[in-house]
Amino acid sequence: MSNALLEVRNLSVDFHTARGTVHAVKNVSWSVNRGETLAILGESGSGKSVSASAVMNILDMPPAHIVGGEIFYDGQDLLKVSYETHRALNGKKIAMIFQDPLSHLNPVYTVGWQIVEMMTAHGRPADMARARALELIKRVGIADAEAALHKYPHQFSGGQRQRLMIAMALMLKPDILIADEPTTALDVTIQADVLALLKELQAETGMGLVLITHDLGVVAEIADRVVVMSKGEIVEAGTPRDIYHNAQHPYTRQLIGAAPGKGTIKLLDADAPLLLETRKLCKTYGEFTALKDVSLSLHRGQSLAVVGESGSGKSTLARSILRLEAADSGEALWKGRNLLTMNARDLLGMRREIQMVFQDPTQSLNPRMSVYQLISEGWDIHRLMPDKAKRQARVAELLEQVGLAPEYAARYPHQFSGGQRQRIAIARALALEPELIICDEAVSALDVSIQAQVIALLDDLRARLGISFLFIAHDLGVVRDFADTVVVMKAGEIVERGPTAQIFDAPRHPYTQRLLAANLDPDPDMQAQRRLAGAPA
Amino acid sequence: MTDVTLVAKPVSQGKSGFSALLSMLWRDKLAFVSAVILVLIILCAVLGPALLGDMANSQNLRGRNSPPFDLARGWAFVLGGDSLGRPMLARLVVAARSTIMVASGAVLVSLAIGATLGLVAGYMGKNISQVIMRLADVIMSFPSLLIAVVVLYVLGPSIPNMILVLAITRIPIYLRTTRAEVLEVRERMFVQAAVVMGAGHWRIIARHILPVVAPTLVTIATLDFAFVMLAESSLSFLGIGIQPPDITWGLMVAQGRPYLTTAWWLALWPGLFIVITTLALNLLSNWMRIALDPTQRWRLEARSTKDE
Repeated sequence: MSNALLEVRNLSVDFHTARGTVHAVKNVSWSVNRGETLAILGESGSGKSVSASAVMNILDMPPAHIVGGEIFYDGQDLLKVSYETHRALNGKKIAMIFQDPLSHLNPVYTVGWQIVEMMTAHGRPADMARARALELIKRVGIADAEAALHKYPHQFSGGQRQRLMIAMALMLKPDILIADEPTTALDVTIQADVLALLKELQAETGMGLVLITHDLGVVAEIADRVVVMSKGEIVEAGTPRDIYHNAQHPYTRQLIGAAPGKGTIKLLDADAPLLLETRKLCKTYGEFTALKDVSLSLHRGQSLAVVGESGSGKSTLARSILRLEAADSGEALWKGRNLLTMNARDLLGMRREIQMVFQDPTQSLNPRMSVYQLISEGWDIHRLMPDKAKRQARVAELLEQVGLAPEYAARYPHQFSGGQRQRIAIARALALEPELIICDEAVSALDVSIQAQVIALLDDLRARLGISFLFIAHDLGVVRDFADTVVVMKAGEIVERGPTAQIFDAPRHPYTQRLLAANLDPDPDMQAQRRLAGAPA
Repeated sequence: MTDVTLVAKPVSQGKSGFSALLSMLWRDKLAFVSAVILVLIILCAVLGPALLGDMANSQNLRGRNSPPFDLARGWAFVLGGDSLGRPMLARLVVAARSTIMVASGAVLVSLAIGATLGLVAGYMGKNISQVIMRLADVIMSFPSLLIAVVVLYVLGPSIPNMILVLAITRIPIYLRTTRAEVLEVRERMFVQAAVVMGAGHWRIIARHILPVVAPTLVTIATLDFAFVMLAESSLSFLGIGIQPPDITWGLMVAQGRPYLTTAWWLALWPGLFIVITTLALNLLSNWMRIALDPTQRWRLEARSTKDE
């Protein structure tokens, strides 16, 4: 017997699907000690969550089927204990927090009720549970804890909800906390706060922390040890520093190479003609100000990044320019003509010249249309290319341009992976030969290696076809690699603007500085330095 | 985060659309049988009155309420005879025409009007939507049998009037469902993507919204088919629907009711036909919902190699 707190040994899990058996994890072994943080790093579909779900006994069986292996906790094999024993351990000794706290908190109960239930479900008296809940809500940094107990989940922000989930998980002082992508849905500054909170709490309680993530920055920030998973197997294990500097496995190297924010910063060609300009764009939703006097300009061939956290108004800006939403006041000039007052016919022409790529390709592609139909729809709308043979040839050409095989034209979107779907969406945007493509968080939902590929593709299209980009993002690393000018937005206002190099090297506005400081570096040494540098503030 | 992405090879590539559809129908045996049954019923409806019309109306008082499965009076009496000694089998075949005409007519008319109004109400602005929805409320708050009695009394009982009355009373069901779905679908990202590309209202409704809403509507329509058949029979029973010598299955059930204790076959056979028709329609619509959805289609395509 090893003395690890929790040990997973040679675990193999299969999923039986209609299309045959999928080996979700194969011979996976990891362990975590008291007071230690283990990160499980992998991309979507790598099976990184499966072993943790097996520990918690929350795998859906069927379709999942545990083929072999052992999970040792406290001298017993968790795969062999009874359901009742397992239930007594879950929450009490081993707790879990999830990526999206909104979908894991019940919307019809108050937060207080749900946190208290955690303890009463394990047979503790209600008044004791209440006292502990109050103490923990204060501890995780929620103002006015007493009032918070009586509020419902929707009344909190994403970061606060994740804090509440953490409070809930810690109610019974668990030995082990499993965190499945705890900060993926959060803004960078809030991500930094939540990770810091997890670290503090770990130091106080001495619990083992298993952190499942796809983000090298998170690993560099918090992990003591890391295992890298790919296609259901552990390909590498070690300390974050070892893995980052001396990666052995090609997959790990590829993953590290794909991490954004390391390329050379581009310089702006200032002589290019003006393409798009907004002047004092304003938009309010009732009390809420989404845009306040937003003025920016975009030149031909330029890529302008709009950076900001959720709720900063960056998507509203794109939607106002495209007239998906009516701005309250201001102007948006497209080659000198106001988009906001354009008549229907001119608007149709504009809709050919400006295209948009959305965040989630699963939702932005009609599931009932084939790839051919999706790409050629623009030609139908604008009555272009009536010749069917030419169309087919052009669709094949476009698919090749975005790195897909021409024979994919007959398939439907659900038959592709997320990255491939985004390529289809880009091919659709290219079909109309636009002059400007607006990317609304176009790579945020993709895995890092795919993200890098899509960015490289966009970069290539920009160089070859001279397309301009309005690039909306919250990920600073991606912006640094792609944009030549950056605009930083906060609460509907532009707080800072300038060439990318200036924003990244010498940010002036405190908000930009905070944003940059909160951005996690994939290099553990760099991250440690930045942490020290930021500590006194 | 652990979605296991499988990129499947489409099986039906290279085959023409129709033969691919047929082979998918063959894979789902229940749906295949349903399709065959429906084709037979439609054939009965089309050819029945011409072939068996005289036989169905010739009375033979010596064969009143003659029991089924007795071939002594010829094959037409295999399902027995009715209270006037007319062969049940011939009457069932002949009755198929008016039954199917009334039921499918009413369902199609209410589906077409309800779906169109629902699309308009869901897609257009608030004011038009309000007007249409209140109109639906008026129809719904009025007892449907009462409308039927009044309208049929004024216009006189005939098949087109029956279709009209039954269609009007069923419109709100399609209207409300369509509107609710449209309100949700039009907010979806791919609709926004179409707007950005410059698609007009007509294209958005026809290409992006209707295909998503259609499966729900088809499912409701098939369920409604049975309801309309029974509603028609109750109107006929009240004497304001189809009148003898015209016959429908619903009317036959109604006419057989007084004899339930002595001659059960009078009501049972037409009732069974109604059940079989609606069951076949439901099974077929269930198959169609899967076959027409690209994300579900593999279930049918995979069936040839897998047991389930």
